Amino acid sequence: MYNFLRLLALFVILGLVGLGGFWVVTAPKPLPDDTFAGLTGDATRGEQVFWAAGCASCHSAAGAEGEDRLILAGGRAFETDFGTFHAPNISPSEAGIAGWSVADLGNAMMRGVSPGGAHYYPAFPYASYVKAEPQDVADLHAFMATLPASDTPNVAHEVGFPFNLRRILGGWKLLFFKDDWVLAEAGDDTLARGRYLVEALGHCAECHTPRNALGGLDTSRWLAGAPSPDGRGTIPNITPAHLDWTDVDIAAYLTTGFTPDFDSAGGEMAEVVQNMSHLPEADIAAIVAYLKAVPAVE
Amino acid sequence: MKYLKASLLVACLGSATTASAQDMSAEDLAKAVKARQAVMQLYAFNLGTLGNMAKGTIDYDMDAAQAAAGNLVKLASQNQMAYWPQGSAAGEVEGSKALPAIWENMGEVMGHSTSLIEAATAAEAATDLAGLQAAMGGIGGSCGGCHKSFRQSN
Repeated sequence: MYNFLRLLALFVILGLVGLGGFWVVTAPKPLPDDTFAGLTGDATRGEQVFWAAGCASCHSAAGAEGEDRLILAGGRAFETDFGTFHAPNISPSEAGIAGWSVADLGNAMMRGVSPGGAHYYPAFPYASYVKAEPQDVADLHAFMATLPASDTPNVAHEVGFPFNLRRILGGWKLLFFKDDWVLAEAGDDTLARGRYLVEALGHCAECHTPRNALGGLDTSRWLAGAPSPDGRGTIPNITPAHLDWTDVDIAAYLTTGFTPDFDSAGGEMAEVVQNMSHLPEADIAAIVAYLKAVPAVE
Repeated sequence: MKYLKASLLVACLGSATTASAQDMSAEDLAKAVKARQAVMQLYAFNLGTLGNMAKGTIDYDMDAAQAAAGNLVKLASQNQMAYWPQGSAAGEVEGSKALPAIWENMGEVMGHSTSLIEAATAAEAATDLAGLQAAMGGIGGSCGGCHKSFRQSN
């Protein structure tokens, strides 16, 4: 009896230590306090960041066109293997993110952590935005404050157990949340800019790279195409193994949506084209340079 | 005038599609799908002239550009109601990629068609390469705008 009690006590202690360990390693980890110290946001530059980061693709209302793509009311639904996620309102209103500091936006985008200290689901591409420059986040913050406010209330995500426990996302982050470049070498400024636009702001890999069973990106098949997360169709391989278009053709596709055969992009990519068409030519050329430089994956 | 034409089309399309929905044979539905895909092919052919000039892969030729842009205007101005009968969506007719949302949002579809007519009209009026290049964004936007919501992805 005495031995049994001792064993039980041991298990309880081990269990508590385990839970404590889990609690520590899965804790949301915000950015260092001085990340945005001394930075002033420029709304004009922020508009370029906004289009490069593709915010409107998810956060404007479904079917929004033209100026309406600047109303970040949220509401679009994303079906995945883990549940259905609903993009929130990120307009400058009480229903959105009015009152967020630059650091709040930075922690959301670059750490996947809410102002209240909870993990966001990685349907929000913070695993890409983690590579963003703090100055760009500050500029984006300044631009977003100029956008129209919307009172559309947020819709709760529909996620089953155990994925409804946000704390376990801390484990997901331990496994898959990295801020190193996938293309380690960027020889010149153009390629470095292209790498930044594709890997960080553009978050291209979130759709074009396949994921493992836990939803982490398989970086060995970087940009090599993937099944569509909603289970309908596939997202193409855009490494040089498959994307054999000329530089001019890729640039024209990204800004007009026309393929070399003059078919026109549809689905999510049509949204991407609408964003990219706002970028300066030099940025488009940088993206093309990056796509030509990534390893060809069959 | 153009808007009037577009809204008339919407009105016709609305009544025609509901009336003809159950009357058409599978063969006739398949013919309608072929007809509208032929229109898309003609769009693509004429866009090839304009787009390749805009990209600089072929030399700019004002007459050829204006002819191609004029064709786009005419193609987009057709009364297409018979090409889009109800019952011809993806999954209903082989080879169709048209999403059922088309028939629930005909006004939005016609809006894209109106912007295509406007953008192609601007391209037809262009007398130099810069003018053509400026018009291409609007043409691409209307094609993409419609495909985004209404065409099944691969």
